[in-house]
Amino acid sequence: MSEPASALDGRSRKGFVDLAEAGLRGMITLRGDLSSPAMKAAVKATLGTALPAPRRIVTAGDRAVAWMSPDELLILVPYAEAGATLATLGTALAGQHHLAADVSDARALFTIRGARAREVLMKLCPVDMEALAEGEIRRTRAAQVAAAFWQSAPDEFTLVSFRSVAAYVMDLLETAARNGSELFPA
Amino acid sequence: MSTRLSKGGRLIDRTKPLPFSFNGRGLQGYQGDTLASALLGAGQVLVGRSFKYHRPRGVMASGAEEPNGLVGLGQGGRFEPNQRLTTTELFAGAETASQNHWPSLEFDVGAINNRLARFFPGGFYYKTFMYPRAAWKHLFEPVIRRSAGLGRVPEARDEDRYEYAYAFADTVVVGGGIAGLAAALAAAEKGERVWLIEQTPHWGGRAVVDGVQIAGDEAEIWVKNTLQTLGKMKNVTLRSRTMAAGLYDHGYLLAYERVADHTPGDGRPRHRLWRLRAGRVIAATGAIERPLSFAGNDVPGVMLASAVRDYVVNWAVSPGDRTVIVTNNDDAYRTALALLDAGLSVPAVIDARPVAGGALPAAVRARGVRVLEGKGIAKVSGSKRVTGVSVCEHAGEGTELEAIACEAVAMSGGWSPVVHLWSHCGGKLLWDEARAMFRPDPDRAPTGADGAPMVRAAGAANGWLEAHEVMDCAHRAGGGKGSCPGAVAEEEAPMLPVWIMPQGAGPALRAKMFLDPQNDVKVSDVQLAAREGYESVEHTKRYTTLGMATDQGKISNINGLAVLSDALHQPIPATGTTTFRPPYTPISFGAIAGEARGAIFQPLRRTPMHDWHETHGAHWEPVGQWRRPYCFLRHGEGVHDAVHREIRSVRNAVGLLDASTLGKLLVKGPDAGRFLDMLYTNMMSTLPVGKCRYGLMCTENGFLSDDGVVARLSEDTWLCHTTTGGAERIHGWMEDWLQCEWWDWKVYTANVTEEYAQVAVAGPNARKLLEKLGGIDVSKEAFPFMEWREGTLAGIRARIYRISFSGELSYEIAVPASEGLALWNRLLEAGAELGVVPYGTEAMHIMRAEKGFIMIGDETDGTVIPQDLNLHWAISKKKTDYLGKRAQERSFMASPERWRLVGLETLDGSVLPDGAYAVAEGSNANGQRNMQGRVTSSYHSPTLGKGIAMGLVRHGPERMGEVLDFPTDNGKVVRARIVDPVFYDKDGEKQDV
Amino acid sequence: MLTLECPYCGVKAEETELAAGGEAHLKRHGPGSSDEEFESYLFLRKNPKGVHFERWRHAYGCGKWFLAARCTATLEVFGTYPAQSKEPPAELQAKIKAKRPNWEGYK
Repeated sequence: MSEPASALDGRSRKGFVDLAEAGLRGMITLRGDLSSPAMKAAVKATLGTALPAPRRIVTAGDRAVAWMSPDELLILVPYAEAGATLATLGTALAGQHHLAADVSDARALFTIRGARAREVLMKLCPVDMEALAEGEIRRTRAAQVAAAFWQSAPDEFTLVSFRSVAAYVMDLLETAARNGSELFPA
Repeated sequence: MSTRLSKGGRLIDRTKPLPFSFNGRGLQGYQGDTLASALLGAGQVLVGRSFKYHRPRGVMASGAEEPNGLVGLGQGGRFEPNQRLTTTELFAGAETASQNHWPSLEFDVGAINNRLARFFPGGFYYKTFMYPRAAWKHLFEPVIRRSAGLGRVPEARDEDRYEYAYAFADTVVVGGGIAGLAAALAAAEKGERVWLIEQTPHWGGRAVVDGVQIAGDEAEIWVKNTLQTLGKMKNVTLRSRTMAAGLYDHGYLLAYERVADHTPGDGRPRHRLWRLRAGRVIAATGAIERPLSFAGNDVPGVMLASAVRDYVVNWAVSPGDRTVIVTNNDDAYRTALALLDAGLSVPAVIDARPVAGGALPAAVRARGVRVLEGKGIAKVSGSKRVTGVSVCEHAGEGTELEAIACEAVAMSGGWSPVVHLWSHCGGKLLWDEARAMFRPDPDRAPTGADGAPMVRAAGAANGWLEAHEVMDCAHRAGGGKGSCPGAVAEEEAPMLPVWIMPQGAGPALRAKMFLDPQNDVKVSDVQLAAREGYESVEHTKRYTTLGMATDQGKISNINGLAVLSDALHQPIPATGTTTFRPPYTPISFGAIAGEARGAIFQPLRRTPMHDWHETHGAHWEPVGQWRRPYCFLRHGEGVHDAVHREIRSVRNAVGLLDASTLGKLLVKGPDAGRFLDMLYTNMMSTLPVGKCRYGLMCTENGFLSDDGVVARLSEDTWLCHTTTGGAERIHGWMEDWLQCEWWDWKVYTANVTEEYAQVAVAGPNARKLLEKLGGIDVSKEAFPFMEWREGTLAGIRARIYRISFSGELSYEIAVPASEGLALWNRLLEAGAELGVVPYGTEAMHIMRAEKGFIMIGDETDGTVIPQDLNLHWAISKKKTDYLGKRAQERSFMASPERWRLVGLETLDGSVLPDGAYAVAEGSNANGQRNMQGRVTSSYHSPTLGKGIAMGLVRHGPERMGEVLDFPTDNGKVVRARIVDPVFYDKDGEKQDV
Repeated sequence: MLTLECPYCGVKAEETELAAGGEAHLKRHGPGSSDEEFESYLFLRKNPKGVHFERWRHAYGCGKWFLAARCTATLEVFGTYPAQSKEPPAELQAKIKAKRPNWEGYK
């Protein structure tokens, strides 16, 4: 067995915030009828959490479930557990029309850490950051590519993009976070 | 000479002198100066030359409306032409250079145009360059090209950086004068999220210069206090140096922040483009003073009266010892007072009104200044500098009554509200006869997404010129209740519209009255245009170039259309205005591009093996946003040689292709088979689990849109491969049909393209190589052609598809992207003794052409149906419907005359030019030679040692053996024979071993 | 640049997050349809100055297609609704009729 490699090998950068590629994370796209009892039960059994409300992400320890669309969830687990989680979901949803796909390797994850993390996102995403609700995951674009982000800690946002554009996204974040370009300097 | 006064200057800091240069001459200004005030303070009145006649030009205004003061600023990677002196802050070491002259500003050969002015009237561009025809190419165009354009084009790469930022507000107030401040305060006190932006570095606008009193104090104090209040409010954002460039649909406002223009090289972004989304916009953008049209009104030293006041009060700059004021209103008298207060002399105020009886004229008279009522300026003396004016009766023709010596003339023709933001998004204007201005029509405001008005004009921008009216209007625009702080200023008597001075001026004087001093458009030019039949103001603008200079007519438009109206004998509102278009003042290209330059100009998609390719000689080919290796260059090897080496290796040993970019779409559900039968032209529902099938997708137009191999993974799951460029498009296409047409079908899709790294292992040694890695049984018996298997390979989770695009024994291996590079390396290590090489897209293309396989984008161009490509075998006859089927039944699609796919083989073995056409006998209705086919793919085949091609030819498959003529662009004709498109291994034995 | 609210996820998305998809409420005509029907399905499009119904996809968001009613002249948005609608919701039609009394209906 070889050691799986994330897109940027955990590269990190510093500007007026700290930036890092967050390494590999288990991710599962789950599509199905989110209102069905089977789906609720499956998520509860597999992840121990309730289904998130629309546009929300529910975190429980090293696992999280995000609402991506009316019939789609993104499930986050430790990388090594993706396969097992997929299998468990498959069993729990047997007979129920659904699609579960491992997308752990199709994505790249970034953390943007610091008091001014919002300012970085304000430069790249056409999103009203002041109106962002607690626990909200926002799917949008970052400059020219699709992205989603949520506040993962008081001064930290996690952003997810496609793996192929990880280097582009890192360069974007680094450019947006360059010292001297603070949007609201003290 | 202009000069710096020893006292005063509310914006300058005399303890901070700043050195700068103009045309190489070292000068000095102060912190707080603009380039204009610094130059005037240093005695530099002549700052440039006009565009057409190269007439001497001096600073005319003090703000964004300045038409004349444009310089090249900076050096090398920070050089930029056409920087406006009046809106550029002075910084230490600023290098400025005047424009549009040769050899020097003082002596300009181009000024010969001025002597020849009568040969260059309005519209001369359209009249002069017509005949003789040949002269255009050889004489006129070269001359025009040399003289076209204002300023020098920067040559070095821009050293600065730029960025966007997105922000949202309930209310964006544009303009930081007292109107903007009052409106912002009112809105903020209601709890709204408010942005207040101001284009200059300073707040307070005109009121702080004009001595207005607010709430019983100097306006300056009120401004300071209000700013402090707003600054403390969490719901308020204040931005100076930020210009509202344009207002667009649904409250989208572009604001241009000049972050570091005044501190170049300090590491901050130079400009930031705020992409604001405003619930509503309050345009508190003030008003712009109009010049008066009298002969010689363009001579350096003739300035707007308000600008003269600004220079004296804000920057302690004297425009000259003696300034004559010429006006049609009371406001200009404030300039006289400001000059007198500064100890300068005002020989006379020339007032076109028969009676100047208001409080302001009285105050000026009380200071001993002559007020000449009912008079005008017949002409200005001086060429590079004002030396005096001739006074005449305004009602007359311009006979000189008196000559007054002076160094400067301060003119005021009244005020025009800045209605740009109001107008950008559809707001309409009305003509206010009493105040001779276009102002926003409150009943026809621009509307937003909810259909309600989204812009309110406040203060002078709404036509209110007196301070108490301004405050009241702004307070209400901001949503304020009750009364606002009272503002007091001297009451003003009514103005008198004056469009030319004197009103009876003859042709000689009118030909010296400039409307647009940058483009040299005169009163006589507009009148000529009217005589020649230009009745629309938009046509006149383009014919005369009035208002087309870099200032976009901020000071010239109203005067120009008044002159036009007069010439057309119609009222001004009947003429109307030209369109106000964004940006309000020019913004940098850098700001428009934002962060998108250099490495992040556009996204580059990388496969997991991208870096390996980069370090192993990849010659890249862009495919969509991916970059794929075209071939891998070895030391000293050319591209052509590399491609041929790679093909020989695949045909004789084994090669590796990074196929990770191929689209991979999961389609799952009880109705997935039925859905895929609609999507593909052939049957996918009947594909057994474990097997693969090549499929075609068409648009509803019937045209071939994508192709690829489909694998059935389980009873209810299919995996569809698409072309590299097709993954997102086809996924979107699937979702479109599932969501919008067949929403009751139980199907889910997922785009898993990037989950997998995929490697094609192709060549006679492919099986041996995979066997060496160990894992999935790849033997002929256990793993037949067009099937797939899942398991491990070299210990890595893998799915292998036995499919071939090269015609060789071939396996495509999909592994998790995170292990793609590991697999690639294991294949290279294990394959070394089997002669393995990585190969690129060009080798793939040539090998597929040798096999006669079509390529989306080569054999297809959006007008080709599968039937054209003899792909009938992949079109189901059994299905009653699939996307594109109905279209393919149209008579034109079913016509036997359509061009169809064949192979082409040149008689001399050469390579046919790609895209070449085969000519037929005769010509069409347009006299063009008839065509009967074209080349869609063409290569030199190293396998066969000759040129091979595919093409679409009328009745092609029925004409095997015929020879066609392909004229090439060097006039030669290449002859090629129609052959079967499968050039290599016609029976497919090699891929099925 | 327009802002449209996605009826599926509630995001007020700006136009750069959306993909336009042309006229809404077209009826698909497949094999067996007449040339006239097929022509109307494939080629004939309304281009009104006024009320218009369009398809949009929340491409940089939840990925769902939705329909929007707006005025092409003023860009007023009357409402957005799910793509799985055979016709504009009755309340939306009533709202449009109230605002544009001369509107002749969506067909």
